[in-house]
Amino acid sequence: MEAVSLWGLGVVALACAVAVFACDSMARATFALLGSLVCVGGVVFVLGLPYLGVVTVLMMVMEMVVMAVFMVAYMMNPAGLMPMSMLHNKRGALGISAAVFASLTGAVFLVDWPQRRGSPPRDTTFQVGKALMGGQMLTMVVLGFVLLATMVAATVLALHRGRYDRLGDDLDRCPARDPAGGGVGR
Amino acid sequence: MVEAGRWWTVLLAPALLLAGALLAVAADTCAAAQHAGRRPSLGAVGRRLLEVPRLLTAQPRTLPAADRLLWRLGVLIVPAAAVLSVLVVPFGHRGVADLSVGLVWFNAMEVLTWAGLWLAGWGPNSVFSLVGGYRFVAQGLAYELPLMFALISAATGAQSLRLADIVAAQQGLWFVVWMPVGFLVHLAGVLAFAFLGPFAYPAGHDLAGGVLAEASGVDRLLLQAGRWLWLTAGAAMAVPLFLGGGNGPVLPAWAWSLLKTLAVLGLLVYGLRRVPVVRADRYVELAWVVLLPLTLVQVLAVALVVLVRQGG
Repeated sequence: MEAVSLWGLGVVALACAVAVFACDSMARATFALLGSLVCVGGVVFVLGLPYLGVVTVLMMVMEMVVMAVFMVAYMMNPAGLMPMSMLHNKRGALGISAAVFASLTGAVFLVDWPQRRGSPPRDTTFQVGKALMGGQMLTMVVLGFVLLATMVAATVLALHRGRYDRLGDDLDRCPARDPAGGGVGR
Repeated sequence: MVEAGRWWTVLLAPALLLAGALLAVAADTCAAAQHAGRRPSLGAVGRRLLEVPRLLTAQPRTLPAADRLLWRLGVLIVPAAAVLSVLVVPFGHRGVADLSVGLVWFNAMEVLTWAGLWLAGWGPNSVFSLVGGYRFVAQGLAYELPLMFALISAATGAQSLRLADIVAAQQGLWFVVWMPVGFLVHLAGVLAFAFLGPFAYPAGHDLAGGVLAEASGVDRLLLQAGRWLWLTAGAAMAVPLFLGGGNGPVLPAWAWSLLKTLAVLGLLVYGLRRVPVVRADRYVELAWVVLLPLTLVQVLAVALVVLVRQGG
């Protein structure tokens, strides 16, 4: 049963991944990619990491829907009206992807995988949490700050208006002058 | 205490969900009649439900250059995700599946609605539908994070993502008593992912129906059903999360689950007509400036209580 669902999910994930490059519509390509990623989440789930599997599905759906908005907005296929292709630099890309695929697949067979010692824990979610919040705590805290700093910096760079534009030279204008009104009257 | 049910619960859970959704529609019809100054009657409810056979037999609208595949996919995802979400919700002491990450499963299924509604908006190749789909994504960015922290506060209180453990942790004191912010934010989130009442913005009248603008026949039926199924699923989820699940005196556990679910559902249906529709750009500010800090403080308070309890 597990083997069947694992293979099934793997095949669907690959098929969706191929569809990403075969589709001529940005919306279809985006959601083919989402289908592939959801299958990857399913694979992780079947492999005995339910938390990571379901969270992968959750985050990927949110991420790809937001991504669809930007992909449709910025790509050369406005509103899906003109056929487009996801293939660029065909020869170079083909070489690179073939090399990466071959080396990764080769690694799977060449690496001397260790034998399992002991039995898997009952609740793998707890183990993941302990690994992230115990041994890797410093990594996670640093990562969190880096991500937050990136988000704030990107927002600051993207905005052409600062607080002096909103609140006036003495920062005392109330309510702020915004292109679109907010919900709490600031 | 809560255990996975037999195979027939897989059929029973969607049937119960559908019955709850039909009840909600009936209650909403009565509320609408009262709102309009008419006497609520069975006839009005019947007329509203006649919409189902009418939509089933209606000729579907065909549109030029519609992306049928994505459209159908989106229309199917909304009700299907609602049904999948209740598989982990315990009914009394029994659930269809006793997943160790039931809470995250519910959240993931709820987020699938984002994809479903965006696709349902994109598919018909019509401006109004598309704007409706984008409106839902904007609304999603607003309601999702406070909702996630509301769910996290319940999980923190029980120190588990398994709904059975969350119910077991509420023996004696329901979570709604010491997590009122989480409960209210969850209810707001339910209305938001059901895009009903104050959160009907993606399907607004100002937009000729938004995501529903071009949907006809079975497509329209599935999208409308998805809204009410989600409302019911969200109400059913509030019971194990905040209202002690099947815990209660005298009556059997399943009866308590049913009563509590119906009470929450009734409250939600009552609320549908009490609050005006909120624009996503207004709600996003409220959600991020007011609700998000509030839910964060709620999670902090719960975490401190759990720590003190463990220490003492």
